[in-house]
Amino acid sequence: MKRTVFRNRWLPYALVAPQLAVTIAFFFWPAFDSLRLSLYRASPFGDRLIFIGLGNFQRLLADPAYFRSVATSFVFSALVTFVGLAVALLLASLANAKIRGLAIYRTLLLWPYGIAPAVAGVIWMFVFHPSFGVLPYLLSFVTAYQFNWFLKGWVALVLIVVAAIWKQFGYNLAFYLAGLQAIPGSVLEAASVDGAGPIRRFFAITFPLLSPVTFFLFTLNMTFSFFDTFGLVHAVTQGGPGDATSILVFRAWKDGFEGLQLGYSAAQSVILMLLVIALTAAQFRFAEKKVTY
Amino acid sequence: MAATSRVASAGAVATAELAGRLPTARRRDMSGTIAHAILVVSVVVLAFPLYYAFVISTQTLDEVTSLPPKLLPSTNMLQNYADAWTRAKMGRLLLNSAIVALAVAGGKIAISLLSAFAIVYFDFRGKQAVFWTIFVTLMLPVPVRIVSTYQVVSVLGWVDTYWGLTVPLLASATGTFLFRQYYQTIPDSLAEAAQLDGAGPLRFLWSFLLPLSKANIAALFVILFVYGWNDYLWPLIVTNSPEMRTAVIGIDSLIPRTSQLPEWNVAMAAAMMVLLPPVVVIVVMQRWFVKGLIETEK
Repeated sequence: MKRTVFRNRWLPYALVAPQLAVTIAFFFWPAFDSLRLSLYRASPFGDRLIFIGLGNFQRLLADPAYFRSVATSFVFSALVTFVGLAVALLLASLANAKIRGLAIYRTLLLWPYGIAPAVAGVIWMFVFHPSFGVLPYLLSFVTAYQFNWFLKGWVALVLIVVAAIWKQFGYNLAFYLAGLQAIPGSVLEAASVDGAGPIRRFFAITFPLLSPVTFFLFTLNMTFSFFDTFGLVHAVTQGGPGDATSILVFRAWKDGFEGLQLGYSAAQSVILMLLVIALTAAQFRFAEKKVTY
Repeated sequence: MAATSRVASAGAVATAELAGRLPTARRRDMSGTIAHAILVVSVVVLAFPLYYAFVISTQTLDEVTSLPPKLLPSTNMLQNYADAWTRAKMGRLLLNSAIVALAVAGGKIAISLLSAFAIVYFDFRGKQAVFWTIFVTLMLPVPVRIVSTYQVVSVLGWVDTYWGLTVPLLASATGTFLFRQYYQTIPDSLAEAAQLDGAGPLRFLWSFLLPLSKANIAALFVILFVYGWNDYLWPLIVTNSPEMRTAVIGIDSLIPRTSQLPEWNVAMAAAMMVLLPPVVVIVVMQRWFVKGLIETEK
């Protein structure tokens, strides 16, 4: 805490006023309103709201399509996060040496972060294009299987996973490289003198020492894949084919703005809110542990 | 620090040699070559989709749809970019995106700078409550309050306006915490000296804190500009006329759907135009970008 403080009766309130005004009007009020709205449904003519208690939540929990979205979201986020991090960590470990030009590599790795998920999706849409894309063309030499994401749900999911990983991969790799460079070579050399092989050294020394970086990247990638990939799904697959790529945020938007089921969408928002609170709590718990390293 | 680690690794190298290992110089060279090889391959693989998109954006429709895919630039570039520009009203969309990105970045920075200043340099009733109010916004991203936030904006009459596109995004917990953390590292003597010189709080903020915060402001700016430019959900909800859409959403109208002419060359031209500004900002301001990435996730 600061010892010297300015004295003024009203100035501090004036200084925090803009932030508080925006927060209350556009964050708190809508959040509470979502809670309220989740207990209502629109009347058949959409002119008034009818109180139905926990009806929206009962409907959600009985809706197999909603559970498919839950599963899709978790599979999608898990793939983006784990595959993205695992490959980045593997490559970074293999490339961990004193090398010149690291700053240039960093620039060449970080730029994809600037590409909007939706734009990344548009680019990969064409790479995956069943008739003209370079990827199905190359695969056609290997197998007769049709990798058509217009028709096959799993191919569509792979498409958005690849687009999301592409956008994230460069900085995952850049951060792992930086983390590895910070591990003193002497520790690893000492272990190798003690007879630890490369794999043993990795799991006994490198990986634990990198855990703060992993934690940082894990949180970043999880949040990204859960909440910032709406544009990717909206621009590329529209949730389809069927509902194979309807992640939770996409479904909440669709039920609210296309289906005009405000209460049903609000109930989904409330569940997402609980999820964010859980994620944030977990983040702070782990963050405390992390400090002990 | 570099010097000490060099000494340490030199010691380790010596031990390794004693243990009868390969000549170390050779091993160093090998691992350096492998590292370069891996990094070069990674960089090339990452760049390929962008290159491919650019190549497509220069081809004619015939070339785009030919098999095997043509991977070299062609001659139709100007035509495709002109088509994308006129069909999607790209000029207006890019202008909208620039306005939104700059207003969101500038507004968030200004608002969080002021509240962090109040929290660190003043004692006032309700400070804790203010702090926690700002903190809780971290747990309320747009997706968890989609419908209700739209309703607030609609009541205000802000649908399809720049106000609606920007103001609801302006609160920033991460920005506030970043500045708060930074101000706490500034020695108290600075504020004392300023007070002795007769500077009031606002003078102190303007002439002392602001210049000192330049690096943090730049770091936040890069992150927030990219966020504002690339945000998709909020502009999609809050605008409905083609003139108020932002560029990332505008591309949607150029993506060839199943029954349409496969004009991917035009779609890719639009994609290149939309992705260029944030990528340029990141590359040009790279140092602050990395700082921002680390600081805002703490």
